[in-house]
Amino acid sequence: MLSEGAVKEINELTGKYANKRSAVMPALFVVQREYGYVNEEGMREIANILGLRPVQVFEVATFYTMYNKKPVGKYHIQVCTNISCSLLGADHIMDFLSQRLGIKVKETTPDKRFTLSAVECLGSCGTAPMMQINDRYHEDLTKEKIEEILKGLK
Amino acid sequence: MFEPVILKNMNAPDSFKLTAYLNSGGYQALKKALEMNTDTIIQMVKDSGLRGRGGAGFSTGLKWSFIPKDPTIPKYLCCNADEGEPGTYKDRAIIEKDPHQLLEGIAIGCYAIGANNAYIYIRGEFTLGADRLEEAIREAHAKGYLGNNILGSKFSLNIYVHRGAGAYICGEETALLESLEGRRALPRIKPPFPAQVGLFGKPTVINNVETLACIPHIINRGAAWFAAIGPAKSPGPKLFGVSGHVNKPGLYELPMGTPLREIIYTHAGGIKGDRRLKAVIPGGVSAPMLTEKDLDTPMDFDSLAAKGTMLGSGAVVVMDEKTCIVKGALIVHEFFHHESCGKCTPCREGLDWIVKVMRRVEHGEGKEGDVEVLLKLCGDIFGRTFCPLGDGAVMALRGAINNFREEFEYHVKHKRCMVNSEQ
Ligand SMILES: Cc1cc2nc3c(=O)[nH]c(=O)nc-3n(C[C@H](O)[C@H](O)[C@H](O)COP(=O)(O)O)c2cc1C
Ligand code: SF4
Ligand code: FES
Repeated sequence: MLSEGAVKEINELTGKYANKRSAVMPALFVVQREYGYVNEEGMREIANILGLRPVQVFEVATFYTMYNKKPVGKYHIQVCTNISCSLLGADHIMDFLSQRLGIKVKETTPDKRFTLSAVECLGSCGTAPMMQINDRYHEDLTKEKIEEILKGLK
Repeated sequence: MFEPVILKNMNAPDSFKLTAYLNSGGYQALKKALEMNTDTIIQMVKDSGLRGRGGAGFSTGLKWSFIPKDPTIPKYLCCNADEGEPGTYKDRAIIEKDPHQLLEGIAIGCYAIGANNAYIYIRGEFTLGADRLEEAIREAHAKGYLGNNILGSKFSLNIYVHRGAGAYICGEETALLESLEGRRALPRIKPPFPAQVGLFGKPTVINNVETLACIPHIINRGAAWFAAIGPAKSPGPKLFGVSGHVNKPGLYELPMGTPLREIIYTHAGGIKGDRRLKAVIPGGVSAPMLTEKDLDTPMDFDSLAAKGTMLGSGAVVVMDEKTCIVKGALIVHEFFHHESCGKCTPCREGLDWIVKVMRRVEHGEGKEGDVEVLLKLCGDIFGRTFCPLGDGAVMALRGAINNFREEFEYHVKHKRCMVNSEQ
C-alpha cells in the first residue's frame, strides 16, 4: 500500500493539470520512489486515485524507460553509450565498470548494491564520457575518477 | 569577440538565483512587455527574424500569430525542454544556470498569446534542472513576477514543470502534448496544428528553451538589434554545443552563420592530437554529416539546408580520421531504432531491418550487396513516416553512406574495419 503521504501527493499533482490523467507520469515517479520500482500494486493504486483503468497506467509505464519495471540496485549506474561519449571512450568506461563490479550490462550485483545499464544520450556530450548514478551526473570520466566515485558510495 | 547574450550570466556566482538574475537586469523585459500591446510584441518578434531553435527553424513571431485572439478560449504555452537529440546539451545549460531567463521568456510569450498556464516539459533525467526550475518558479512567485496580477498588471500566469521519463520522441511537439496528457508519446496527425488544437484540445504554442531565452533580449534591445546579428534570413545569437574529438569541447555562443571551420578550429581548439578531421555532424545526429570540404559552410538554417543537411539543434559532433564511420552510424541507428515510438510501420519495421543489417556489417558478418540493401531500406522509409524521426534516421544513414561508401564496402568485403579505430 502507498503511504498516506504518497496518496496525498498524487492527489495534489492533479491540481497542476486541466485533466486528471496528466498526473499519471508524476504519479509513477511517486510509486517508483515508494516501492523502488513501478510494481503492479502501485500502478493499480494510481489508477484508483486518478479514476483510470489500470491499463491506462500500465501502457504509460511500459512506454518510458525511466520507470523501472523490476527492482534495481541501490546504485543504478547508467553509462551513456551514444555518439559523443563513444567517440571519447564510453566502451572502455563500460568495460571498466563491468570488470570492477563483476557484472555485465543490465545485471545487478548479488548484494543488490549496483545495477549497470547502458543508456542513450543524457545531454552531457560536451563533458563526455559520462554516467549517471541515481539522480546525479558524473562527467569527464576517467578510470581514476570512477574509482573515486565508487569509493564514495556507501 | 562576440559578446554573449544568452550565456552572459552563466559564470556569475549562484547564477541560477533570482538575486543574480535581477543584478544583471533580469525581469526588466517582462515589465516593459506588460506595458506593451500584445500585437506589438508579436510583430516585434516577427521583425526580429527569430527562428525556432528546436530544430525546424520556424518563425517564432509567425507561430505566435496563429493563436486565436478570442479571450474566452484558454490557451497554453509549452516549453520544449526534452533535449534528447544526441550531441545536444544547450538547453540544459540555460535551465541549470539561468532558469529565470527562461521563465521571463515564457512569461512574455504567454502574455503575447494570452495564455495563463504554461508547462515546461523537461526530460526526466534532468533532475537538477527540474529542481532549479521549481525553485526559480517559487522565487518568481514570491516577488510577483509570476502568479496573479504580475507586477500590478491584469496578467496572471502559472508555470508548471512536467518531467518526462526517458523517451526521445517526446521532443516531437505533438508527442510532447500526448505525454503531457498522460498517454504514450505517439505523435498526432497534423492538421489540426497545435495552434488550433493543442494541449487539452486548446490553442497551444510549443517553443524550444533557447528560442524562449532569446525573447527578453529582443524586448530589451529591439528587433533591429537582433535582426542585425548574422545572416538576414536566419539571424540572432546561437548556441553551438561542440563535442567529440576536439581540444576544447563546450558550448559556444556565436552569431548565426559563423563558419563551421571557425567553430571547430578557433573556438573548440581544433582536433585532438592534431589529427585530421574526418566528418562532422552539424546539428545533432539526425543531420547528415559533412566533411573537410564543407568546413567553410556558414552555420545557419538556410546555408546548411543548401548542403543537404540541417542546423537542427546546433550540436556539432566532430570525428577525427581514426573514427570508424560504420561503427558511428551503427551507434546512431541503434539509437533511432530504440527511440522509434512504433506508431507507423515504415519507421518501426524499417529501422529494425536497418540495424540488423548494420550490425552484421559492423561485426564482420556482412553479405555482398548489404550496402544496397541499406539504401533500399532507406528508400522504403523516407517520405513514408508519420513523423520526422524516421526521415531523420534515413537522412543520417544516407549521409554516412554517400560520404564514406568505401568504408561500408570494405567492412562487407574484408570483415573488418578500414581504419585502425581507437574508439
Ligand atoms: C523526433 C523529434 C525530436 C525532437 N526533439 C526536440 C527537442 O528535444 N527539443 C526541441 O525543442 N524540439 C525538438 N523537436 C522539434 C519540435 O517538434 C518542435 O519543432 C520545436 O519544439 C518547436 O520549437 P521552436 O519553434 O522554438 O524550435 C523534435 C522534433 C522531432 C521530430
Ligand atoms: S516515424 Fe517513427 S517515431 Fe515517428 S510516428 Fe512513425 S514510428 Fe513513431
Ligand atoms: S552522447 Fe553521451 S551525453 Fe550525449
